[in-house]
Amino acid sequence: MDIRKVKKLIELLEESDVAELEIHEGEESIRIRRKRADEPPPPVYAPLPAMTPMPPTAVAAPAEAAAAPAVEKDSDIPSGHRITAPMVGTFYRAPSPGAKPFVDVGQKVNVGDTLCIIEAMKMLNQIESDKEGTIAAILVENGQPVEYGQPLFVIQ
Amino acid sequence: MFEKIVIANRGEIALRILRACRELGIRTVAVHSSADRDLMHVRLADESVCIGPPQSAQSYLNVPAIISAAEVTDAEAIHPGYGFLSENADFAERVEQSGFVFIGPRADTIRIMGDKIAAIDAMKSAGIPCVPGSDGPLDDDNERNLRLARHIGYPVIVKAAGGGGGRGMRVVRSEAALLNAISLTRSEAQNAFGDDTLYMEKYLENPRHVEFQVVADGQGHAIHLGERDCSMQRRHQKVVEEAPAPGIEPDVRNRIGALCVQACREINYRGVGTFEFLYENGEFYFIEMNTRLQVEHPVTELITGIDLVREQILIAAGEWETRRQEDIRFYGHAIECRINAEDPETFLPSPGTITRYHAAGGPGIRVDSHIYTGYTVPPYYDSMIGKLVSYSDTRHSAIARMRCALDEIVIDGIKTNIALHRRILDDRAFQEGGTNIHHLEKKLSL
Repeated sequence: MDIRKVKKLIELLEESDVAELEIHEGEESIRIRRKRADEPPPPVYAPLPAMTPMPPTAVAAPAEAAAAPAVEKDSDIPSGHRITAPMVGTFYRAPSPGAKPFVDVGQKVNVGDTLCIIEAMKMLNQIESDKEGTIAAILVENGQPVEYGQPLFVIQ
Repeated sequence: MFEKIVIANRGEIALRILRACRELGIRTVAVHSSADRDLMHVRLADESVCIGPPQSAQSYLNVPAIISAAEVTDAEAIHPGYGFLSENADFAERVEQSGFVFIGPRADTIRIMGDKIAAIDAMKSAGIPCVPGSDGPLDDDNERNLRLARHIGYPVIVKAAGGGGGRGMRVVRSEAALLNAISLTRSEAQNAFGDDTLYMEKYLENPRHVEFQVVADGQGHAIHLGERDCSMQRRHQKVVEEAPAPGIEPDVRNRIGALCVQACREINYRGVGTFEFLYENGEFYFIEMNTRLQVEHPVTELITGIDLVREQILIAAGEWETRRQEDIRFYGHAIECRINAEDPETFLPSPGTITRYHAAGGPGIRVDSHIYTGYTVPPYYDSMIGKLVSYSDTRHSAIARMRCALDEIVIDGIKTNIALHRRILDDRAFQEGGTNIHHLEKKLSL
């Protein structure tokens, strides 16, 4: 399901009194539930990296909090060579929807192997590995927007 | 009204745009290079997207990256600020082709005004007085060029059609130097702008730089917001600007302003824009038009009470309520000092970390700056780190307020040109008003 659509659904829910929303679209379905006070906050879709703490002289933060960043703590990312996004766009793990992903965790890759696609301005750009090794981690979800320099894979 | 805008710029103007968006309830996307993660507006924006490495060519000038960022954030419009891609007609075109609104004029308007020869032609048809010149490009006919220069009268200035903003030009004072100057300027123009088309104009010896602000809705309605005097320049870069221009009477303002408005109607201009003139011996001569928001827009905002960035957004969203020229009032006087991170004597850029920043304040003081204590000025971009603006009911009082503000402001850790601004504000000729575009350089070389 298109992550942008999901984001719009979340916004719709937040702006209304609806408590829970479930949508089925063919084979895919999604359920979104409003956070209750006694519940831990659900991971919120965040197309941006962690907002670093404001400097003491900065103006007050906006009244409505920005989406809580879903950040990988550095300690959670395995060590190794990081493949970062060379461009802005939408990250896809497979050449087309429903196809087998280019790589999986544990797979061995060679220099030049295609790891993923970043789509920008209707063009699909293949991102190749610049290192030989094994995929230790895949840091981004299928369909998630990525920015320049964002870590995508760890290769050991 | 737009729900989300991408701010395709950095520094103080990105913060300015963010503030206008927030006031209108528009969500903001800050696109930035990897060197600019700590920019104030990036931290304040609703969303941020890193679009490239520090180098401008791969970030702030990177058209696909910016449009891609607009796509992934589902933005509706892109504000280009000033500099960078703001006057790039191809960018404006691609933005619109990709389904976003470009906050600015139409691409073909930008294209015409970017070609300085075509711009002069368009202005002439609209009745705007121009500098006597070659009325078209120079060819390779040496005899013709010599004749043209004789007809115009030395000194003349040879300019690149693809240039502007003080770049790609050479003054020629005597016939002996003309042909050499033309071929040199041609190669420079080819290298700098990829276009070696040149034209020639009479060189005015001691003009003032007076420019007129216009606002137009792209549907035949246009108004002017008066003029600014930007004569205090060093190497064609403005240092201090003020509004209104000292010595310009209301009837003159109305006459030239009306001509600019008429020109806007004829080219069906959309957005904000500035007509730049050289003013000498009571005469105005058009040199070029800037199809974007200008750095010095605050001084016009302060004497008219009109928020130019808000106007831009309203016009782009099709929600601008037509203002009538009769409703525009000018009150008071405003002065702006461009604060640069540079050595006050050598003018070399001085990037680094600001260890302590304290802003000036009080009645009639406006600070447009993105800096804060602990902020590191990167070395990759131009050195302007903020604008200090003073406003009061008289020019005399605006100068006094600025002098106080220059004493209050603290920027430690890097070098700035604050000391230069104190010298300018103390300068007797400046205090009298009406200094020309050579005054500052003459003063500095003494």
